Amino acid sequence: MTTVVSAAEEFVPPSAPDFWQPLVGDGAFAITRSMIVMVLVTIGLAVVMMLATRRLSVVPGRGQYRLEGVYGLVRNSIGRDIIGSDHFRPYVPLLFTLFTLILLNNLMAIIPVVQFPTTSRISFPIAFALGVYVVYLVAGVRRRGLGGFLKNLVPSGLPFWVVPVVFILELVTFLITRPVTLALRLFGNMFAGHILLLLFAVGGEFLLLNGDGLLKLVSIPAFFMFFLFSAFEILIAFLQAYVFILLASVYIAEVYADDH
Amino acid sequence: MEGNLAIIGYGLSAIGPGVGIGLIFAAYVAGVARQPEVRGVLQTIAILGFVLCEQLAIFGIALAFVFS
Repeated sequence: MTTVVSAAEEFVPPSAPDFWQPLVGDGAFAITRSMIVMVLVTIGLAVVMMLATRRLSVVPGRGQYRLEGVYGLVRNSIGRDIIGSDHFRPYVPLLFTLFTLILLNNLMAIIPVVQFPTTSRISFPIAFALGVYVVYLVAGVRRRGLGGFLKNLVPSGLPFWVVPVVFILELVTFLITRPVTLALRLFGNMFAGHILLLLFAVGGEFLLLNGDGLLKLVSIPAFFMFFLFSAFEILIAFLQAYVFILLASVYIAEVYADDH
Repeated sequence: MEGNLAIIGYGLSAIGPGVGIGLIFAAYVAGVARQPEVRGVLQTIAILGFVLCEQLAIFGIALAFVFS
């Protein structure tokens, strides 16, 4: 690396501060690029949903058919199959909203002009995970009461001296590990994916502009990898939105599981 | 040569999930090959196992940037 950059300026690899992009103002109350993207996505999603569901018919048109495909995926293969056919109905709107919102926000990583995944800023995944956290805790307490909820953390039939250890482990899992991993997984995947794209783009540009002689040619595979990973990011965006609501429904389903 | 030791830590933390995810999808492929009709059920289970396994690597990358 040192021989490459000896003639020209130093190459600066992309890092975490590159994702902090305030557009208006500065500090804690700045309006950042991710906020703008989030607002645009939300408005776009709301408009599309309202237009597509304005004239609902028994025999769906093209737009309604596609929307029903997405809705059917969330409702049937996640909601009904995991939460169970008795209890899944109240949670379908939550799961569907989370799925569409996260999917569109993730896809913003590779859509030209925007090219910034909102979910690569940790605050957005935290907000999503916090919603799920409140829902499954409230659902658990409402179903069994606070005492029953705590009692249900420990499976029955354990020797008495294991009970406190298992109770503490399960409590930590419920209250800390689950929401933290839920938020960090979405954030980590989108952040890592986008920083990889950034590295190939910036590195390729640097080699093309500042490389000596044949080193300029090395920028071609770098740009090729950039396109390859852009395509890969579509898969990741879909998978992470799917995984987020899959785990959310697994956590909700545990509320209704009678045996631990 | 300059660099960051925290990123090496992330590389180390990615070994375990790498092996684990490999095992999960190997079992998934073997399961579908033996019984193609249960593909849908196995797919959900495989993805669930995959994300639970992956979270160690995700912790790794988050902490790598926290401590860098």
